[in-house]
Amino acid sequence: MTHAAGIEVATLRADFPILNREGGRRLVYLDSAATSQKPWPVLGAMENYYRETNANVHRGVYELAAEATERFEAARDRVAAFVGTRREGLVFTKNATEALNLIAWAWGMRNLAPGDVVVTTEMEHHSNIVPWQIVAEMTGARVLFIPVDGDGQLDLQWLSVTLRTEPVRVVSVTHVSNVLGTINPVAEIARSAHSYGALVVVDGAQSVPHMPVSLAELGCDALVFTGHKMLGPTGIGVLAATPELLDGMEPFLGGGEMISDVSTDGSTWADLPWKFEAGTPPIAEAVGLGAAVDYLTMIGMAQVREHERDLTAYMMEALAEVDGLTILGPEDADLRGCPVSFAIPDVHPHDVAQLVDREGVCVRAGHHCAKPLMRTLGVTATTRASTHVYNGRDDVDALVAALQRARNFMAG
Amino acid sequence: MGLDDLYQQIILDHYRNPRHRGHLDDPGMSVDHQNPLCGDQVHLDVTIRDGRIVELAHAGDGCSISQASASMMSEAAHGKSIEDAHRAIDNVLALIHGEAPADEDLLGDAVALEGVAKYPARVRCALLGWMALRDALPAPSHAEKGAGVGQQ
Repeated sequence: MTHAAGIEVATLRADFPILNREGGRRLVYLDSAATSQKPWPVLGAMENYYRETNANVHRGVYELAAEATERFEAARDRVAAFVGTRREGLVFTKNATEALNLIAWAWGMRNLAPGDVVVTTEMEHHSNIVPWQIVAEMTGARVLFIPVDGDGQLDLQWLSVTLRTEPVRVVSVTHVSNVLGTINPVAEIARSAHSYGALVVVDGAQSVPHMPVSLAELGCDALVFTGHKMLGPTGIGVLAATPELLDGMEPFLGGGEMISDVSTDGSTWADLPWKFEAGTPPIAEAVGLGAAVDYLTMIGMAQVREHERDLTAYMMEALAEVDGLTILGPEDADLRGCPVSFAIPDVHPHDVAQLVDREGVCVRAGHHCAKPLMRTLGVTATTRASTHVYNGRDDVDALVAALQRARNFMAG
Repeated sequence: MGLDDLYQQIILDHYRNPRHRGHLDDPGMSVDHQNPLCGDQVHLDVTIRDGRIVELAHAGDGCSISQASASMMSEAAHGKSIEDAHRAIDNVLALIHGEAPADEDLLGDAVALEGVAKYPARVRCALLGWMALRDALPAPSHAEKGAGVGQQ
């Protein structure tokens, strides 16, 4: 099966052991916005790391430790290049959530004053809301939300008025909504926010795995994302930030690895980026993420985007054939990332997900950690299908057929 | 169909034609429960007189299992003494966790919830209405004294 973008889905699928697991039905995995599957080069790199070069990094003088350090730092360089930055600006965290917490705590606690405003959006994942609420509570700052309109777009007029009339210190916004799929104009938002001196943070959890993303081209101060949604392992995320921002911040977590010197009088910090990496880092996970980046680069991120755009357009057309089904978010696939949320009258998302599961179709049902958006949309839950490079039109066809049967089953 | 245990006809019937659905005009007690994982909601109004559930109504939004279970709970609890309602809740808990057989006299149609035991992800859906009822009732030890606790 070849697509316009030239991605051979069948060939790629062969690289993902879980999609070829023995026994049972063919897995129609449409929940990559929650977590992606992993190709064998990622699994192999991690196993090889443990089998051949496992040692703690930045410590030992023996050769094995040097090899481990080299593999860890080489992974950092590859991930940095992948998002258009350099190693000084590439901090490994546990996940995107921890990266957002790092910024909110390390920057927010020292820079936010009573009355200051943090702007985020109604379409954020809880991970880009709750850390700011916690820090705002302690600093006396306020968190305001850019409204979302009926087509799933941010109200940029609201933002420009707010930037003009409120002391906005931070604008923290998602690149691609994990529910609506909307691709937000973050470069434009960054330009406006910067002209008022605000810090700009972008949540790239749903964009970096699926399209070319460059910190420099976005023009933001910080970009966060997570390994496990981009064919890499769990347990590793990234804060990519300008060295100016990182230089001006004090550490988030303290401990080993992040220090230059420690005495009973106090401590000084390691150079960037290690100042923000306390304790033994997730080494094998970094190696795995490096391999994932290599794998995606081999396909080409422009090709990945083109393949998924085509597939999303096909999915939206095919879903429209299900009686009464409505799709949330932008109608034009050009304006969307991978997540496609939808509603079927009189069939609750929980039941949808349960009923299609019997046909081997994995979709997500629930509030997708975006309860403020759910309230705006006036729903408690949606069903969401989301793709990655290993999905093809046959997966979409299987989903639509299963949805038709689920609908008929519940209608009785 | 492999899901017949979960989606039994009696459950689908309660979902499509819920019993005791709505609100009471002047309830003795109202509680709201929601499942933080999926957002399912149940609102429960209960009126107790002389140690007995004389009126109850449920509203809310959620999947077929949560809403059907709330309907079956309402039907089972209606007219029961507080002690018996607590016994029914305990029986449902044990049933859904696969720890005890159903007591049909206590549960009525809710015996159909037995199939949920095989679907751990749906256990919280099925228990939502029953946990709301437990919150709305006086503790069993107080039940003998009548409907004093938490009432009008």
